[in-house]
Amino acid sequence: MTSSTQARTQPTWRYLLGIRLRVWQQNLAQFWSDLRRHPVALIAGVVIIIYILAAIFAPQITIHDPERGSLRQRLVPPAWEAEGSWSYPLGTDGQGRDIYTRIVYGARVSLAVGLLSVGISVLVGLTLGSLAGYFRGRLDSILSRFADLLMAFPFLIFAIGVMAFMGPGFTNLIMALTFKGWVEFFRLARGEVMSEKTKEYVEAARVTGQQHWQIILREILPNIIQSTFVLATLRMGFLIVTEASLSFLGLGIQPPTPAWGSMVAEGRNFLINAWWVSTVPGLAIVILVLAINLFGEGLRDILDPRLRIE
Amino acid sequence: MTDPSPPLLELRNLTTVFPTRRGEVRAVDGVNLTLRKGQILGLVGESGCGKSTVLLSILGLISRPGRIAGGRILLEGRDITRLSGREMRRIRGKDIAMIFQDPLSTLNPAFLVGEQIRESLRLHNMMPGPPWPFDRGRKAREKKRVLEVMEQVGIPAADARYKAYPHEFSGGMQQRALIAIGLACRPKILLADEPTTALDVTIQAQIIDLMRRINQEHGTAIILVTHDLGLAAEFCDHLAVMYAGRIVEIGSTDEVIENPQHPYTMGLLRCIPTVGERRAIEPIPGNVPDLATLPQGCAFSPRCEYAREVCNQGFFRLQPVGTDGPAGGNGGHRARCLRLSDYRLPEG
Amino acid sequence: MRLVKVVERLLAAIPIMLGVAIIVFVFMRLTPGDPVDIMMGQGGAVSEGEIERLRSEFNLDKPIHVQLGLFLADLARGDLGNSFSKQQPVAKLIGERLPATIELAFGALLFGLLIAFPVGILSAVRQNSLLDRLSMGGAFLGISMPAFWLGIILILIFSVNLKWLPVQGRIDYDANLQEVTGLYVLDSILTGNRTALVSSLKHLILPSISLGAAVAAIVARVLRSSLLEILRSDYIRLARAKGAGEPRVVLVHALRNALIPTVTVVGLQVGVLLGGNMIVETVFGWPGLGRLVVEAIFNRDFPLVQGAVMVYAFTFVAASLVVDILYTYLNPKIEL
Repeated sequence: MTSSTQARTQPTWRYLLGIRLRVWQQNLAQFWSDLRRHPVALIAGVVIIIYILAAIFAPQITIHDPERGSLRQRLVPPAWEAEGSWSYPLGTDGQGRDIYTRIVYGARVSLAVGLLSVGISVLVGLTLGSLAGYFRGRLDSILSRFADLLMAFPFLIFAIGVMAFMGPGFTNLIMALTFKGWVEFFRLARGEVMSEKTKEYVEAARVTGQQHWQIILREILPNIIQSTFVLATLRMGFLIVTEASLSFLGLGIQPPTPAWGSMVAEGRNFLINAWWVSTVPGLAIVILVLAINLFGEGLRDILDPRLRIE
Repeated sequence: MTDPSPPLLELRNLTTVFPTRRGEVRAVDGVNLTLRKGQILGLVGESGCGKSTVLLSILGLISRPGRIAGGRILLEGRDITRLSGREMRRIRGKDIAMIFQDPLSTLNPAFLVGEQIRESLRLHNMMPGPPWPFDRGRKAREKKRVLEVMEQVGIPAADARYKAYPHEFSGGMQQRALIAIGLACRPKILLADEPTTALDVTIQAQIIDLMRRINQEHGTAIILVTHDLGLAAEFCDHLAVMYAGRIVEIGSTDEVIENPQHPYTMGLLRCIPTVGERRAIEPIPGNVPDLATLPQGCAFSPRCEYAREVCNQGFFRLQPVGTDGPAGGNGGHRARCLRLSDYRLPEG
Repeated sequence: MRLVKVVERLLAAIPIMLGVAIIVFVFMRLTPGDPVDIMMGQGGAVSEGEIERLRSEFNLDKPIHVQLGLFLADLARGDLGNSFSKQQPVAKLIGERLPATIELAFGALLFGLLIAFPVGILSAVRQNSLLDRLSMGGAFLGISMPAFWLGIILILIFSVNLKWLPVQGRIDYDANLQEVTGLYVLDSILTGNRTALVSSLKHLILPSISLGAAVAAIVARVLRSSLLEILRSDYIRLARAKGAGEPRVVLVHALRNALIPTVTVVGLQVGVLLGGNMIVETVFGWPGLGRLVVEAIFNRDFPLVQGAVMVYAFTFVAASLVVDILYTYLNPKIEL
């Protein structure tokens, strides 16, 4: 075979990238038109984007210090109440800190924890799941057994146990959430790879002499990326609630860093005379998680109607 | 030929519609049928022609948003389209029973086969006794009758099979169980919707034999819905051929088979393969029509080899065509086609 | 035949429980510093000899696999070690708190199912009606709402503002309840103590709702979606053709089949109940296992935390087992 035919049969990576980009562009356009037919998912998506922007531009959209307050401004009610002030639109907490500011900064914690723990879980789960589902054998049985064992722990109990032994803190929090979080993605990837592997196109790829890793990466993974995306979205809402629960118990993010869960916990002391300290940060969680779940549900309808996770 | 018995079931101008996004679809459009005691009537046509909808309309089981938009259904002279839900339930399963196409998906997977047959008896209080909870022997009486019916439909070892689940039955046994459910209350009319389609050929023949025996021994009238004209010709004494929600040809089986008048019937007949005869099967060209966009006039005209321009206009009535006169239960052999001379162009 | 299956499931649960214990053990050993160091950090000045004595008491002077063996042997005997902070056997401490937790879990499950079944069934029967839309919206909210926040909202409304229900605890001090089983509602009935019954029920309502809301939401959604699918099936049409009335069609023919997937989901919800239990017990000052663990974590009382985590995991495994067995009985198609 001469080098010129070689060049013709082996298209350059630029050419391949060009095709990929065009495919993505088409997919994106299709996705956008699908999304417009799901108004609820669209609104939910907008809400999520607002949260993300707020987290990124937190210093620009707030004027108070999130961690230090003034005791003279303790428990100021929200602006719409009689004694409220627009200087503290959502009121202040027991240490005179602006609740609005703390909620905005708290979004950083929740979103960072959610994105990181889901991201790592997807990475680990997808890698191990594809390997186990593709090669089966010893590796598969060991990983699957281990996954089954982890499933025997209720999620929150497991996370609480890990945090109890390792101590609070951001890194430990991410570890506690991913230590069990990967299992769902492992199971998804393993199952999908096992069923995809029997299909003709994979057989065809084998015949044309592709390596195993090429088949997994090029042929199989693109087919399971959509279901993974849907599952990741739905898990994200769950992990954010879990983080908030841990922080509520005092096992997550430590004060004075603002986290929604710990803000709710601190506000419990003032339930009788200052209802807003506890409820308003909780509302921030509910709205975000509701938006994520609704968006995930919409995604599922659009991308993968047969995927059902309850 | 005379007709001594009054009609058991009469459909008069039955029209059943389903609203869709593209407008209202007439799945059954002005169907007239008469069924007498002991008769076997075949309702033949391609899938989607409305033949199953006719059966569901009779039982009042058209699921919403579909509805019976017009016409009457007379059971022994009584219009059952206007009955209340409770009155209709008393007829379903007792006077008129139905057998569905796919026996496995039609039997409830979570209940014992015997119990499913017994339920029919229970619902219609077929083994009456003192009121609950004083009737201790009821279950035993009902069970006895269930075993009787199971044996009647040819389920061997009925005692053991009473306590089996549907998925433990073979396809043929499932269909027999389904027939047993239908027969438990000794109905006057049995509606059979493609009862053999899901079965092997040998089992098909057994089931058909069984239904014939039931018809002969108990005088149960049967309406058989099928797409298989060959099967219908062998089993039924009257045939009605349906196309796009309308009956296009009707008459005694002999007449319709020997002397078909509608091009669609002729087409169907040419589609039947015959064992031992090396003849090319001639499929009917074109596709099953889309009920939402039917042409004016004859719905079959786009696929008809005899079609002329006038076929697209007006409305054709069923014309008497047969040599046997208006007898034969359904007003004799009739067909709905322009070729049969006596047509009128639409006024105006 | 079905019994064989049940025994098989029971046997399969044993390695899982063993694995759970090993994971907990490994985690405990992975923590920086050994338990004695941690105790020392709390206890103040202790002599070298005392440290050695403690190390041998906790078997820390032996090789790791021997430690694991001893740990499992103790576990098999039901010995979960001694609590650092309370100087009592962990098993005894957990046993004391268990009835409160069981009572709350039952309350929550009962609330969840009492809401989920009518709502799920009605939504399926009246698909796309206002009721369906409202309840499915509510179910979505229930899934997205953290239990602690719901608890606080309920306290604000029913305790702080309306003053209908108590904020904290299991029973009023003046109820004079004589304990029999430790389940206060049951004990009140057994001893015929009407005041205690009213009081314990009033205390149980809000925590049960907070904990059971998520269960209600998830079970209602599953029930609705499986019923919707079933109501379109052929055997439902046959049931109608037999002359069965609509209530019978839905509640007997359809529901019996919809129970199969629903039971699986209810089993998974036990995990949610156990996890949420810690949260809700904290919110309502409910003196159960969850409170005990949270306190133990802050006291760095590792034997207690470890024991409780294991009890939770074992309970979850046992619940899954019960569901598996129930499933074998509900689903005749399961291969034997």
